[in-house]
Amino acid sequence: MIKNIYVFGATSKIAEETIKNFANDGANFYLVGRDTDKLEIVKKDLIARGAGKTEVEACDALDWEKHPTTISNADKSIGQLDLIFIAHGTLPDNEGIRNNQMKVIEEFNINCTSVISLSTVASEYFETKGKGTIAVISSVAGERGRQSNFIYGAAKGGVSKYLEGLRNRLFEKGIKVITIKPGMVDTPMTKDLEKGLLFASPASVGKQIYKGINVGRDVMFVPGYWKIIMGIIKSIPESIFKKLKL
Amino acid sequence: MENMNYLSFNKYPKVFPKEVLFPNWLTDVDKLELVDSVLCYGKGKSYGDVCLNEDGTLIDTTNLNHIINFDNNTGLIKCEAGITLKEILEFTVPKGWFLPVTPGTKFITLGGAVANDVHGKNHHTAGTFGSHVTEIELFRSDKLTYTCTRDKNKELFSATIGGLGLTGFIKTVEFQLINIETPFMYVENIKFNNLDSFFDLNEESEKLFPYTVSWVDCTTKGKKMGKGIYMRGRHATKTEVSKSFEMKDGALPFPIEASFINNFTVKAFNKLFYSKQFSKFSTQIVPFEPYFYPLDMIDGWEKAYGKKGFLQHQFVLPYDNCKEYMHLIFEEIVNSGMSSFLTVLKSFGDAISPGMLSFPKKGITLAIDYRMEGEKTLKLLDRIDTIVAKSGGSLYPGKDARMSRDHFHQFYPTFEEFLKYKDPNFSSSFYRRIK
Repeated sequence: MIKNIYVFGATSKIAEETIKNFANDGANFYLVGRDTDKLEIVKKDLIARGAGKTEVEACDALDWEKHPTTISNADKSIGQLDLIFIAHGTLPDNEGIRNNQMKVIEEFNINCTSVISLSTVASEYFETKGKGTIAVISSVAGERGRQSNFIYGAAKGGVSKYLEGLRNRLFEKGIKVITIKPGMVDTPMTKDLEKGLLFASPASVGKQIYKGINVGRDVMFVPGYWKIIMGIIKSIPESIFKKLKL
Repeated sequence: MENMNYLSFNKYPKVFPKEVLFPNWLTDVDKLELVDSVLCYGKGKSYGDVCLNEDGTLIDTTNLNHIINFDNNTGLIKCEAGITLKEILEFTVPKGWFLPVTPGTKFITLGGAVANDVHGKNHHTAGTFGSHVTEIELFRSDKLTYTCTRDKNKELFSATIGGLGLTGFIKTVEFQLINIETPFMYVENIKFNNLDSFFDLNEESEKLFPYTVSWVDCTTKGKKMGKGIYMRGRHATKTEVSKSFEMKDGALPFPIEASFINNFTVKAFNKLFYSKQFSKFSTQIVPFEPYFYPLDMIDGWEKAYGKKGFLQHQFVLPYDNCKEYMHLIFEEIVNSGMSSFLTVLKSFGDAISPGMLSFPKKGITLAIDYRMEGEKTLKLLDRIDTIVAKSGGSLYPGKDARMSRDHFHQFYPTFEEFLKYKDPNFSSSFYRRIK
């Protein structure tokens, strides 16, 4: 039973739509994000939906040193954690920044380094407790590098690979590691993209993630059809793939 | 910008905004520079142009969908205005609370429900949605947020309910839910043979049931003109639900495979639906979704009208002498041969609508869909408007794309008063058409 939940990036639409479902079950929350005003809005919503004790703390993803403190603060505030849910991210304008070295590093740090930092702290925390679940939002974009989105893709690919190893490492200790790979979701992050048929609603994606976390899936594509799409994309030989405009 | 994401439900008229803004948080709203001309856009489910702003700015509100406060003891709920009725129901129904008033789709935002002061099958007992609103927070282009209630900023409150989004940015809405025992409905379906028998049945049913609505055949001439099915219902009790466990799907049998709608398919549909009810009288226990939202279950039904889109036309005739005028209008429709797919007949009760520009008033209302066939369709609707005007009735702006300026001013004599409370920087294609 998942009762005490730490969320990093709690103001991301997918995170919100996921944790709403846990609020309905009466979970307690420790919400971390950049902006306290926005976190307060999420907090009120969760409480209205039935959440128990809910606290917020401001922390920037790039403030690595503060990552361990937020997790220990959460433990002190709402009790021993059952789930650490890492959901923050940005979608960079690949074409606009691809030759901007500092921007590329920054985007990589937000979408990969900070996620690995938090996952490391999370695994250390759960190892001392002997149980728990780490759920991380990666992306289908991490499955294969494509010219239109390879900076974000490389970062998410790094996250997925790290989690693969971590899951292997923590399996024997009874700690679950869940890699969540959403496809295109109609959220503020994708507002500049043209919305096609493949876009899913944040609410349905959130519900599926909630179910996946509860049953303890290893890797989940959301919606599920992305597993097939990415399977096809991954199967294209590189000699052909490099010529495609994807 | 030809962004097809920002049209109205019936895809007519096809006009596009200059830009679209996306505030994701209430805290973003306070920073918005609302310069001429802006309009909030929710789910775009109104028919026509009240939700459109050609060459202006639209503000997409759908990410503002948080619940702010909910009291499970009293059923009072306060939400951000971009939340949909679907999202509200998913949250409240398991807790035993239901919307006080709901239109025929749950895919609309709360802000849209207020701005159009929507009505539903229970108008004769509950009035409009706005009658159940206790507070509105309105952000205006002077960068101030006005808290509006029946006592505080009461003129602005009354102008905003049914105000077609022209009084400012509706940030939050607080309203009163109603208590339900189960998520099911007890429904009685009764056939009637013509308009006169509708009126008799309606008089009896309104006294017995909180929800009443009729589906009427608009393609048959002669003695059976205006035949149809009367559907009356109420929220089912626990005992009724446990007794009747074989739950049947009450959704309309829709010919959605049809790539377009012509007279033939409409006639076939009317026949199919009308004869679906073999007996004159039947009762059912059905879940609330198929009862209130039969069309929501058919994703994209509106596309069946094809690329040109369609028009919906809803008017109300004042109760006294409404029979005479309704006959005249039915004759116009039947004789025109212009098919109407879904025709909904309902009576509005005595409740005085709280909004300055609210549409419902005591009388009989008819809502009809017409495939858009250019001049021919527009002329028929003009002829009907003239009859409505003569009767002292009115037309629903939320379902209008073409009424004349003169008719609007005749239907809404309070418009001059309303203009005092309109935000100078808010506008819409509808507003510019009728002002």
